[in-house]
Amino acid sequence: MSLIETEGLSLFYGNFQALKTISLNIESCRITALIGPSGCGKSTFLRCLNRMNDLIDGVRITGRVAIGGRDIYRRETDLLDLRRRVGMVFQRPNPFPLSVEDNVLFGLKVHGQTDRKILEEKLQRSLEAVHLWDELKDRLKTNALELTGEQQQRLCIARLAALEPEILLMDEPCSALDPIATEKIEALMFELRKRFTIVIVTHNMQQAARVSEETGYFLLGELIEFGETSRIFSAPRDQRTEDYITGRYG
Amino acid sequence: MTGLDRKENFIRAVLLLTAFSAVSVLAVITVFIFAEGTPIMFRRGVGGFLFGLNWYPGEGRFGLLPMIVGSLEVTLGALLIGVPFALACAVVLTEFSSPRLRNILKPVIELLAGIPSVVYGFIGVVVLVPFIRETFGGPGFSVLAASIVLGIMILPTVISISIDALQALPPSYREGALAMGATRWQTVRMVLLPSARSGIVASIILGMGRAVGETMAVIMIAGNAAAVPRTPLDPVRTLTSNIALEMSYASGEHREALFATGVILFVIIMVLNTLANASSSRRARGKRG
Ligand SMILES: Nc1ncnc2c1ncn2[C@@H]1O[C@H](COP(=O)(O)OP(=O)(O)O)[C@@H](O)[C@H]1O
Ligand SMILES: [Mg+2]
Repeated sequence: MSLIETEGLSLFYGNFQALKTISLNIESCRITALIGPSGCGKSTFLRCLNRMNDLIDGVRITGRVAIGGRDIYRRETDLLDLRRRVGMVFQRPNPFPLSVEDNVLFGLKVHGQTDRKILEEKLQRSLEAVHLWDELKDRLKTNALELTGEQQQRLCIARLAALEPEILLMDEPCSALDPIATEKIEALMFELRKRFTIVIVTHNMQQAARVSEETGYFLLGELIEFGETSRIFSAPRDQRTEDYITGRYG
Repeated sequence: MTGLDRKENFIRAVLLLTAFSAVSVLAVITVFIFAEGTPIMFRRGVGGFLFGLNWYPGEGRFGLLPMIVGSLEVTLGALLIGVPFALACAVVLTEFSSPRLRNILKPVIELLAGIPSVVYGFIGVVVLVPFIRETFGGPGFSVLAASIVLGIMILPTVISISIDALQALPPSYREGALAMGATRWQTVRMVLLPSARSGIVASIILGMGRAVGETMAVIMIAGNAAAVPRTPLDPVRTLTSNIALEMSYASGEHREALFATGVILFVIIMVLNTLANASSSRRARGKRG
């Protein structure tokens, strides 16, 4: 059984079908990359996995999405707990305009943790996990908006790490960062892969090739091909995948 | 010089003149109030004005403390009553209602600001004052009555500016919080309100300015006794009421003392506005990134 399984997943924004019967399995403790031109439904797919699409009016979903063997679209799903277990890193770093400390501890407080000692320990461990502790341990009260873009994105990962989710969804997490910062975030993903299952959307094919073990290629709402990254990039089975990775697309 | 240049220069001159005349009107008013009001303050001693308990203009006694305390009490009361209600309204309208409902209700609330204050005063006299007299005792014309009416009068200001502050927050804050499993209410309380804090503070300060400056409604329902009120049910006179009630017949030193009242009012309002500006410019700086 795979950690994430979707079966015939379709999604409609009103009358527009953004996902067309997507079936794929994502294994745990791996990095899976979703690539494809923009507007092809990668973000939409990602948001199905933590049900963030529920917040958009007029969205209709058919098919099945299971995490850990359980359909997350069942009625009795605890939505708040689902989102604790499936964290999301956004394209633009979006720390809250609060202190570094409040950012990291937000999730824990939201989920009812009040023990001061546990909070302090989690604060340090989460910041250490993203290598921000040494930089920021004397600036825990600084407003997070004063950090650099890369630090902000790390902080966003740290505040998820504090909740120890099973899955990290990353929607083009480096597209607002420069190449050096990107490299550092990629290194971080590599480390975190031991603890979390990571699904990353990227339109940068080199990035997919560098960091991921499996890759799925989306085109116009369809999953064209899915498989081991090295195989996808060396011997794509579908002509359309080949066109895209060799740069002949569009 | 080309024709276009000449036209540009002409327009610039006209605009400059307009801007300058607006500023100079303000300057003239300021100079006038201070020129009329400050001499008596220094002649009689600033302390006597600020801390004197007795306002008997006929006997040449001009203690403004009852009115200063009165203005502060009534304003504080208005904030205690109006602000929680206004913030609740702003939160419900921005976070818990459909855009359609919001687009209907916000203009309606802003319309409240357009109702002449004499109408608020009238409703206060007819409904609120008798109600307070019968329920709590006392004359009914009181700090409480004035606080309630002013609390209602500041609602449009506080609500609409708070709504603007909340709506100006990038959706990514909301998304980030919800994506971590926060409830809507936790998101509001722990992320959105703190993030919009400076805008909300500015809205409260502007509401406060409105409450300090309001005159007509207060005269009608506050009772206007020039004594420091001992309980919220006692009558009270504010700085603005003091000027409005007596200006029509005052002369000589009495008239000067009313201008001195104006000077004090002016200083209070200036301080409030400066605070509001400082707070909203901090917001502008906080928004980058
Ligand atoms: N909230 C929405 N309402 C309507 N259509 C949307 C919405 N979000 C995305 N879409 C449409 O769905 C398609 C897929 O979008 P998206 O998942 O963001 O693509 P990608 O992440 O691959 O660039 C696009 O055509 C986009 O216009
Ligand atoms: Mg996208």
